[in-house]
Amino acid sequence: MNSRLRPADRAAPGYRPMPSRDVSRILPRLGLTLLLAWLVLYPILVAVADAARGDALGTFVSRTGEWAALWASIWVSLASVVLAAAIGVPLALLFDWLDFPGRKTLGSLVALPAVLPPFVGVIAFLFLYGESGFVARAVQAVFGLNQAPWRLQGAGAILLVHAYSMYVYFYLFTRAGLAKLDASLIEAAQALGAGRWQVLFRVTLPLLRPALAGAALLVFMTALGSFSAPYVFGGGFRVMTTQIVATKLNGELPLAMVETVALALVAVVGLAVLRRTEGDDPLTALGKGTAPRRRAIRRPGVRGLATAAGWLLAALLLLPHLTLALVSLVPYGSWTTEAVPPVLSLVNYERLFDEPERLRPLVNSLWMAAVSTLAALVLALAAGALVGRRRPGGRGGWRGRGGPFRGPIEALVALPWALPGTVFAIALAATFSVSSPLTLHWILVGTVILLPLAYLVRNLPITGRAVLAGYRQLDPAFEEAAASLGAGRWATFRRVTLPLLRPALAAGASLAFVTALGDFVTSIVLYTYDNRPISIEIMSSLRVSELGVAAAFGVILMVVSAVVLGLGARR
Amino acid sequence: MTVTGFVTIDGVRKRWSPAVTVGPVSLEIARGEIVALLGPSGSGKTTVLRLLAGFETPDAGRIAIADEDVTALPPARRRCGMVFQHYALFPHLDVGENVAFGLRGHADPGRKAGEVLKLVDLTGFERRKPHELSGGQQQRVALARALAPEPRVLLLDEPLSNLDPSLRERTRRELRAVIKRVGITTVFVTHEQEEAFDLGDRVGVLNRGRLEQVGTPDDLYERPASLFVATFVGRANVLQGATARALGGSDGQVLVIRPEQLRFTDGGLPGLVRERRYTGAAAYYQVETEGGDRLEVVADPGAARVGDRVYVAALRVLAFREGRE
Repeated sequence: MNSRLRPADRAAPGYRPMPSRDVSRILPRLGLTLLLAWLVLYPILVAVADAARGDALGTFVSRTGEWAALWASIWVSLASVVLAAAIGVPLALLFDWLDFPGRKTLGSLVALPAVLPPFVGVIAFLFLYGESGFVARAVQAVFGLNQAPWRLQGAGAILLVHAYSMYVYFYLFTRAGLAKLDASLIEAAQALGAGRWQVLFRVTLPLLRPALAGAALLVFMTALGSFSAPYVFGGGFRVMTTQIVATKLNGELPLAMVETVALALVAVVGLAVLRRTEGDDPLTALGKGTAPRRRAIRRPGVRGLATAAGWLLAALLLLPHLTLALVSLVPYGSWTTEAVPPVLSLVNYERLFDEPERLRPLVNSLWMAAVSTLAALVLALAAGALVGRRRPGGRGGWRGRGGPFRGPIEALVALPWALPGTVFAIALAATFSVSSPLTLHWILVGTVILLPLAYLVRNLPITGRAVLAGYRQLDPAFEEAAASLGAGRWATFRRVTLPLLRPALAAGASLAFVTALGDFVTSIVLYTYDNRPISIEIMSSLRVSELGVAAAFGVILMVVSAVVLGLGARR
Repeated sequence: MTVTGFVTIDGVRKRWSPAVTVGPVSLEIARGEIVALLGPSGSGKTTVLRLLAGFETPDAGRIAIADEDVTALPPARRRCGMVFQHYALFPHLDVGENVAFGLRGHADPGRKAGEVLKLVDLTGFERRKPHELSGGQQQRVALARALAPEPRVLLLDEPLSNLDPSLRERTRRELRAVIKRVGITTVFVTHEQEEAFDLGDRVGVLNRGRLEQVGTPDDLYERPASLFVATFVGRANVLQGATARALGGSDGQVLVIRPEQLRFTDGGLPGLVRERRYTGAAAYYQVETEGGDRLEVVADPGAARVGDRVYVAALRVLAFREGRE
């Protein structure tokens, strides 16, 4: 029995013996904070220190190419936001307002670009709209041209890919915002005499501001960190991510560090500016109201037109996927100048599964994605358990449980999200290339460990966000109920907390897994021959013109991603 | 202090912030007794309950159950059954699994869970999920779950606040019947006086973190220990100055007079009937005195009409010193 609170203690009111519990509360939190800081903050600091050394900064400032790339990164990202919004928001509003045949199916098809990993999406675009892609060949054949009618290159090509893959964020955020929107607010505006457009501009859109700002932030950060599209389509047009990798390949490491830090700074400033526009979420439901009725299109002509337009859109969205599938069926060397490949067979897949060495990239990607996701999940759960719990007590709003570690841990978990993948790849490479006590004298460059470690860092915000949100929604009374029924801490975690967090865990894990599986940005900087992932193999196959093999890997990646995301979204 | 109760709370104090402190609270609870903790929100009643359950650790003081010091014991080892305000039924488990949750190590959890469910009249509900039950049924499952491991003390946090008002009275009686049948020592928290009086053998009134008075409902109503208890429990006219003196008080006294202790008479404190609220068996009259004070009087429905000049006299007054609560 504990003797802490014996009568002697009562004799001195206000006196509280230093309980060992405080130490046991602080130590794990401190430990996690330090571990996270070491994992995500320390590499950045190493990169900054490397950048400050020598005269690389002077070189950076004096070269016009550097400034051009930096500026290109910024304007391409902003243009991507505008384009994605211009497609995503009207689409979401239309799906919300109008009713036409196939609306439900189409509504889910519209999210399809999300299952294409960035690099796979880019090569699908290459096969489809590139100078020897289907569309170009078709145009060439129809008009009897000698040359390809266009070259898919430069900023325009990058923006095309960005618009295609990133409008989904605006579409999904707007739909989610509309779903949360209290219908009685719209009814109130209508009762006050506002017409459809007035309601849209004076009520709906202002109320959607947080959702739109959130989507804008996501698109900006994604576009800023985008590597695949500029890498494949950039040509002479350089953005910061491709510039960094090129500089590193040139062996100008200090300059690459300066570029990395510059990109990181743009990201942080962009994040800060866009965050400011987000504001507080005013979408707290006031009353129930009835959901606004969708307007069914009655006139047969308009109805037919809307339906046709809808399916045309769906076809357009599905084309990259179909292209990929088609090209994956083209045997090596069988397709030269024809508009449509003359021979189709499963030979690419057969070879893949017959020769173990060819399957290696898939196995590599799977284990690295699995391990990094698992580790990110464990770290996220630790963060959630230590600082993510809601405060107990119903009405009183009692004082915090998270304590002083809550802020730092949440910030560290979110940090990798704010910085482009290239930044982390370069920073991790720099950190683990020298023997230092702070890296435990691990030289990981050239080993198979570094890439999954980078995946882990990149996965941390994904699992962290999901798990912390799960913990916030968890009523503390559940864990208290378990405790009062005699369950110890571990039993409570296993029998109550974990099952209740399952949807959040599944969502976070599936997204993290898919991100790691399809990663190209960090892989291209950190892979070794022994752990080369799928995306690198696709790139090598393209280099030797094995389009079919590249596409087959793309299809596998796409299918696995879709299945995993589907599993994660299951309730 | 000699320990006489089954549950002993001895000088327990919990400080939330410099301005918000609960306690020191001392309370003895006899075996099998039902004690209600009554108070306005923020008075600290839930804190006392959570201290008993072990969810909070006191800054000072001692808690003992059956002569065992449990002050530093974690909730899992206190053997206190708790019914939460929103029940906290595990949504991923069905009713049977919820009730059997605390029966790890029990020889036959299934049979025991069935027995307890029978006690709360929910036999046959084992395979339902919590969200498939009505509010009243959920409340009974929560009670069954808390009782299943045969705890030493049962704790209830606003057990009826989540129910429809029409259900509350019946559920209250059923709750008391089950608790008395099991014979378990019970502490429950409520902010409703009627609930506290109906369910509790004794009622403890909390105000600003202090236990103002503990007693039977009769005690609290007839012999309140403080002005706060007198006004918080039951309806009360609170009077000072000339009006107080006219009804039998002296200087520096605050008088508390229950509406049923005021009568219309032929001579006494003069006033004007401003409002009349009819309740069937009686009527409540708002009488304005010449000094501008308002008095609430319960009388015969035909005793007066709005606008009548009346005289009011007090049968019984409770006097408190001014400036003290």
